[in-house]
Amino acid sequence: MSFLDYAPAPESTAILNLKSDYGLFINGEFVDGHGTPFATISPATEKTIATIASANDEDVDRAVAAARRAYDKTWSRMSGADRGKYLFRIARLVQERARELAVAESLDNGKPIKESRDVDVPLVAAWFFYYAGWADKLDYAGAGANPASLGVAGQIIPWNFPLLMLAWKIAPALAAGNTVVLKPAETTPLTALLFAEILQQADLPPGVVNIVTGAGATGSAIVNHPDVNKVAFTGSTNVGRGIARAIAGTDKRVTLELGGKAANIVFDDAPIDQAIEGIVNGIFFNQGHVCCAGSRLLVQESIHDEVVDRLKERLSTLRLGDPLDKNTDIGAVNSAAQLDRIRTLSDIGEAEGAERWSPDCVIPTDGFWFPPTIFTNVSTSHRIARDEVFGPVLSVLTFRTPAEAIAKANNTPYGLSAGIWSDKGSRILAVADKLRAGVIWANTFNRFDPASPFGGYKESGYGREGGRHGLAAYLKPAGTARTVTASPASDATDSAITTTKESAK
Amino acid sequence: MSRLAVPKTYKLYIGGKFPRSESGRTYEVVTKRGAFLANAAKASRKDARDAVVAARSALSGWANATPYNRGQVLYRIAELLEGRRAQFVDEIVSSEGVSASAATRQVDEAIDRWVWYAGWADKYVQVTGNANPVSGPYFNLSVPEPTGVVAIVAPQDSSLLGLVSVVAPALVAGNTVVVIASERLPLSAISLSEVLATSDVPGGVVNILTGSAGEITPWLASHADVNALDLTGAAALDWVDLEIAAADTLKRVLRPEGGTDLAAPSLDRITALTETKTVWHTKSLI
Repeated sequence: MSFLDYAPAPESTAILNLKSDYGLFINGEFVDGHGTPFATISPATEKTIATIASANDEDVDRAVAAARRAYDKTWSRMSGADRGKYLFRIARLVQERARELAVAESLDNGKPIKESRDVDVPLVAAWFFYYAGWADKLDYAGAGANPASLGVAGQIIPWNFPLLMLAWKIAPALAAGNTVVLKPAETTPLTALLFAEILQQADLPPGVVNIVTGAGATGSAIVNHPDVNKVAFTGSTNVGRGIARAIAGTDKRVTLELGGKAANIVFDDAPIDQAIEGIVNGIFFNQGHVCCAGSRLLVQESIHDEVVDRLKERLSTLRLGDPLDKNTDIGAVNSAAQLDRIRTLSDIGEAEGAERWSPDCVIPTDGFWFPPTIFTNVSTSHRIARDEVFGPVLSVLTFRTPAEAIAKANNTPYGLSAGIWSDKGSRILAVADKLRAGVIWANTFNRFDPASPFGGYKESGYGREGGRHGLAAYLKPAGTARTVTASPASDATDSAITTTKESAK
Repeated sequence: MSRLAVPKTYKLYIGGKFPRSESGRTYEVVTKRGAFLANAAKASRKDARDAVVAARSALSGWANATPYNRGQVLYRIAELLEGRRAQFVDEIVSSEGVSASAATRQVDEAIDRWVWYAGWADKYVQVTGNANPVSGPYFNLSVPEPTGVVAIVAPQDSSLLGLVSVVAPALVAGNTVVVIASERLPLSAISLSEVLATSDVPGGVVNILTGSAGEITPWLASHADVNALDLTGAAALDWVDLEIAAADTLKRVLRPEGGTDLAAPSLDRITALTETKTVWHTKSLI
């Protein structure tokens, strides 16, 4: 046993009290769905956790109707202070049930328990707590006095941070006075359904939040529903395009938080110890299933060899395995489909001439796993430097001057995030100015906070989530609704149906 | 003895120059009663693409100019317009068929809107950005930045005011613009470009196309190097198809507006064409 071998330390699942079947959460109660139910499995073992109802068009229609009723009769008439109190209650209930939620999240998603326990779930509580306080202060949100809510928000979230993405969507929507129909990703519906139980404990009025499970067709039904006023989506750029097409010509508002291919720029004067940890956190956090992951490492040429050697050394100490083990660094890839994509793109990387390296690591026999992987000798035209892998795969490129680093960093249709590592503050500020990305981390990476706006430039989407800016996505100025003169074209709304079949991620 | 007038040749405005349409096409601009006024250039797809290239080239200079500098440049446009009020009034009277006082009101309002927007250049960041109190040792700041190259369909029923009302707010943050002028009333747009060319606006920051909005806009809506599409004046076009085309590269889209005062001055028109950048800086532990 080397000093890096640890005895297993699995978090107990005894804290969970799961049902074998989950219905849809509509109008405050669980009801049967009318689509074909599906199983949600643990990606680490491929064992079924529970059977989940699937919402068809009629179910979505009932959910939207419930949200509309709740909006008209209750939520839009309630004082901001009372809306805030409900959100504070939810924040507290999440804190009280934090361990249970973390275990369920790691079980269903495959992410290490240390991440769900220390990052996802605490941020969920923080998100509700932050927006709770906004509910009675909307005059200060930047939309002028007495801003109006939008109505029913249809929200579609990905599988990489299931409960956290739910919080990012629901908390600002409710604070601003909207009601919600939310669809979790089909591979990770579990914590959203536990959250529905929390809403029952909070005694949230029926219909204010409705949770419908299902695949792309369910999402499409939400996006295209005529009584939905606002669409909020986090997932792939491809599905995002389909949604943008689908809402064309309607008066729906939309925010899209899509893919990324972030540059993580390391200058030769960077604090190397911190930078190595930051690079690892930037791409291997959550198995790289992070839209803002630092998947393109841009290293100044003079320190390339040192950085790559130190990275390899550090990666050799990462522990891959049981997501519920408290010592695990790298959990399971969320699904067979995603594993397939990571493998395909990595094979292409090799075929295109990049050098592939992974540490020796034992891959469990069941479940979906991919070892942490580094590609060196990567050029900007390689697909692993252009396509979002959404897995634990780092591409290493080099640069000589800040101008070259900036040009390479911006050489992507995406623009979600970027990292800068340097000891020189003036250089950080100058480089940050030039990067076309919505979130920039200087000498850190993958930090999230409810007070901090998050969202992309270019094809990484539009709108911001988090902070005061995040409220703008759910508010409009009092009495200044824009008049749209032309009527929507009849066939425009059909175009998303084909594209949103692809699973939201 | 009356003097024989020297009529103006109306051309496009691309990259700070006044080319004819590469297609060689023109179309007849007439008064409200149908009398001939001028042959305006009828811009083609190639002209539109040239204009995008010019706008992209001008972007970094304009976006990185200091806000004070951008404010002064925008203000100078108002100064020059003021000096040429009579010319614009005459042009509007003959093209729109309105009274001189109505034309004067339009010109005055257009000038005043330049002044109003010019003043925002060094303020909108303060009003719409903020410091974020995150839970950790970080200095965290959100600031708006220009979206990039903006393609605009100007309001179609206004010679000057509509055009100014959509172009000025896009310029405040540092975007560069390709604008399709009113098809029926294009003359003031080209006269405005003469003002722009002799003010301090760098070439390529504003590019003005005349011709058929219905023909040109689809090329701009689908152009991969355009970041935002302002359809304020596109109500009469197949604008839903334009919005669908824009979705392919996830352009920011401003939908058509109706009503009498299109694109009324507002901070929203500035911020709609900006992106919020949030930078996290570590603080050392001392």
